[in-house]
Amino acid sequence: MPDSGAVTSPLRPAFSTAGDAAGAAVSAVGAARLVLARDLKLAFRKRSQLVQPLAFFAIVTTLFPLGVSPELPRLRPMAAGVLWAAALLASLLALELLFRDDAQDGTLEQYALSGRSLTWLLAAKTAAHWLLTGLPLALMAPLAGIALGAPGAAVPGIVVSVAVGTVALSLIGSIGAALTLGVRRSGALLSLLTLPLDIPVLIFGARATELAISGEAYGVPLQLLAALAVLGLTLAPLAAAAAVRINLE
Amino acid sequence: MARAKKGVMSDLCLKGENVHLWRGDHHVLRGVRFQVGAGECLQLTGANGTGKTTLLRTACGLAYPEGGEITWCGQNIRADLSAFHAQLAYLGHEPPLKAELTARENLEYWVGVRRRLDRHELDAALARVGADHWADRPVRTLSAGQKRRAALAGLTLMRAPLWLLDEPTTNLDAEGQKLVGALIDEHVQAGGVALAAVHHELAVSAGRALRRMELTFA
Repeated sequence: MPDSGAVTSPLRPAFSTAGDAAGAAVSAVGAARLVLARDLKLAFRKRSQLVQPLAFFAIVTTLFPLGVSPELPRLRPMAAGVLWAAALLASLLALELLFRDDAQDGTLEQYALSGRSLTWLLAAKTAAHWLLTGLPLALMAPLAGIALGAPGAAVPGIVVSVAVGTVALSLIGSIGAALTLGVRRSGALLSLLTLPLDIPVLIFGARATELAISGEAYGVPLQLLAALAVLGLTLAPLAAAAAVRINLE
Repeated sequence: MARAKKGVMSDLCLKGENVHLWRGDHHVLRGVRFQVGAGECLQLTGANGTGKTTLLRTACGLAYPEGGEITWCGQNIRADLSAFHAQLAYLGHEPPLKAELTARENLEYWVGVRRRLDRHELDAALARVGADHWADRPVRTLSAGQKRRAALAGLTLMRAPLWLLDEPTTNLDAEGQKLVGALIDEHVQAGGVALAAVHHELAVSAGRALRRMELTFA
């Protein structure tokens, strides 16, 4: 591609091409930061979507003791499993919307045609999803854990394991959300695609939380959880970008 | 320096050679050929379903043709798709605007992903399309025509030499349609390239620079 540079005209400002010779080009990271800021602003203006997964998590973890037993010694052994199953399903609930609105209104098309890395832009959208779903879940999880009989000393372990685990869940989910973009009512298909990949996260996450609740060292399952998150961080945005390109065709 | 710039401008050329594209069993584009150079606007006309939008999406690299090639400045667009995309502005059927954001915020995010915008530039672009009075209203409160005007402001802010426009006058009143014509006029007179799929003739005054190509059912 020849470097066209900036071309001046008496009628309109210079064209800015080939990396923007005028020095106004935005880096991949700068563009990603803008996408992140935009998604956060949008989420706070559409609060119902923001609250939905958190309300789901709160309802499930609150109803569970009513259905099983209000006795804490009976609830405590199940607390990690309940927290993680609820966190996984709550995270999944918000995934369907991750790319759908942007695909419908042409925003994803514009991202794909922006000349900036689609991988970075989608990674930013996934980061926004985690900040709006995973992080609040991680902050809510200790409250639910204590209601299920977890000791106060387990709070750091619960927060860290849910925070790291939901990073992996958001990244895995982004692949599923991108693959099912062209499918109407994609929720069921999205669950079928992502749940098998989420199982290792569920196993290691629940184990780390369980060890934290019982006061034992939870470093090993947490490291495995972090490894899954790093693997997801490395591969998921690339896979999601490829899937989005295919769906835009 | 000026000579070099002039030389570069004359190199701008979007060309389609024997482009074939299928949608399932439907052979939408059958050996389509077109060429549009610097300072020219090519209007694609044709009945619904003849492949105008498909041709535009193929020309901008969103759709992959099964045969033939699209070149920009003599080079296959697939050779460096990101560099090609950095030189084009595409306006599809729907303006890519978020209902919860204002028109101004939408442009800041949409165009800001490509290039840095300063406030004066944004104000000037909004004023140019008559959006200065409602630019700070949420897009959900705007009419379809106002949304299209906001999208046109985004188009000019891209500063891209190649414009690919899909029904750019949709939802616009007579004055808005004239505005589209004027913007295209300015663009091609500045040496830009425009390819537009249209149902109604564009109100472009750049006589010789305007060419038409009709797509028919193959």
